[in-house]
Amino acid sequence: MRDRLIFVGQLLFTLIVAAFLVVPAILSISAGITVNYFRGISSGITLQWVFQVWELYAGTILLSFVIASATLAVTLVAGVPAAYALHVRRGRLSRIVEEIITLPLAIPGLALALALLLTYQGFSDFRRSWVFILTGHVIFTMPFMVRSVMAVFGTIDVKTLDEGAASLGASPWRRFRDVIVPNAVPGILAGSLMVVTLSLGEFNLTWMLHTPLTKTLPVGLADSYASMRLEVASAYTLIFFVMIIPLLVAMQMFADREQAR
Amino acid sequence: MALRVRGVISFMPHKSFVWLCLAPLIVVTVAFFLIPMARLVVTGADGPHGPAEYLAILTQPRYRATLINTVLLAGATTIVTLVIATVAGMFLQRHRFPGRAVLIAMLTFPLAFPGVVVGFLIILLAGRQGLIGEVSNRLFGEKLVFAYSIYGLFLGYLYFSIPRVILTIMAAVQKLDVGLEEAARSLGASPWAVQRDVVLPALAPAFVASGAIAFATAMGAFGTAFTLATNIDVLPMLIYTEFTLAANFATSAALSVGLGVIAWTILALARSFSGGTVAAAG
Repeated sequence: MRDRLIFVGQLLFTLIVAAFLVVPAILSISAGITVNYFRGISSGITLQWVFQVWELYAGTILLSFVIASATLAVTLVAGVPAAYALHVRRGRLSRIVEEIITLPLAIPGLALALALLLTYQGFSDFRRSWVFILTGHVIFTMPFMVRSVMAVFGTIDVKTLDEGAASLGASPWRRFRDVIVPNAVPGILAGSLMVVTLSLGEFNLTWMLHTPLTKTLPVGLADSYASMRLEVASAYTLIFFVMIIPLLVAMQMFADREQAR
Repeated sequence: MALRVRGVISFMPHKSFVWLCLAPLIVVTVAFFLIPMARLVVTGADGPHGPAEYLAILTQPRYRATLINTVLLAGATTIVTLVIATVAGMFLQRHRFPGRAVLIAMLTFPLAFPGVVVGFLIILLAGRQGLIGEVSNRLFGEKLVFAYSIYGLFLGYLYFSIPRVILTIMAAVQKLDVGLEEAARSLGASPWAVQRDVVLPALAPAFVASGAIAFATAMGAFGTAFTLATNIDVLPMLIYTEFTLAANFATSAALSVGLGVIAWTILALARSFSGGTVAAAG
């Protein structure tokens, strides 16, 4: 009886917490497809707000995809080989490098953005282009890629694989391409999902680095929250959810599969 | 050209190849992280007050009050989040019932929501057209609106902290040795004593690790405060207004270096205590 009571109490508590997280998201989704949120859902369901958002903000959505893809490309090209190098050369230097590249996880995005602005404000073409935002996203997401690939290297015997291939006469480049990278695929995929998800949702850095011509989706969201009617802001948020939730689900499924191994 | 590069790479010794692997990362990190951070530190000491600008965060009453506000808010967020996440996480890890997976998904899905979105969700919950105001209006005839006060900010911080912490706690509960609890119980310890003397101490490293992440994230959170446009100054908002509105580069640089040092120190301390890797994000 007493155990039953404790169980019900804990269940209720957990349900309330879940409701706190889910109810506002449901409110936002319903507001985005309601004709008039103030009058409630009985005023009718419509997609006009979603279309209006597309007219007003399609550019921000496209730019977010461009920046997320470019961030992924850079973190793959720079991060995967680096993870390999840091794994095979375990030493003081590699620990220092690892420590430095993980610093952006501890330093607030605002500080990093100010640092970039103060350093590159003189290079006006660079500062005005979306590549400037890209640099911030790369620094912010790089540790996730490097760590996730290194985590996989920690579970497989890279050294034996590498030496085996070397004894067969494979060059370092071929070993990296044909032996190391295929073995690192789970880490590369997990890291990639993380990088794309974080880049699509990044606001703290991007808000400081953007110009009127380089607005990303979260920047546009902040803009609509401040200046648009509630229905439009909600429809915009709805589009963001539709983009980000499949990525989150994929990430979750990936984590579950890794755990099941 | 690409072929020639590949040709050169295939004949190089392994050690040089490893260096080559590291090169792109080092170039990117130096150009877009180390040099800018150095510039930030220099700029902080470059104002009318010189290096003393770094002390302003402690000596200037307005900045000090903001710092205290931010630390208190982040601290309260951390403690409440830990309590909520421990109760819910322990429950979810120890019981199997229909709908459990859905409940876990609901508790973790806001993980990747940016701060701005969280701010907007708080407005929908407790703003002028919010659900809480609507319900309180029907029940008591008074519209409860607190999204734009420090309570709204606190609610927003809880919103993005709970999913982060609950995952760590659940993983830690899974690793607990149930045998120890059974032993304590068979020796006659009450359920409360088992929790206090066996379970909670065993979870301490997870509390430190996830608490540090929650604290550091809350200290640096900008998007939520920005959307709620609260009249409560938190450090990130102060840095933002000093930089964009007052164009006070030295002060904003010094303040953000201070914020970075605080966040980094908390995480480094937690890491040396709990042994694991601790990192904040968002």
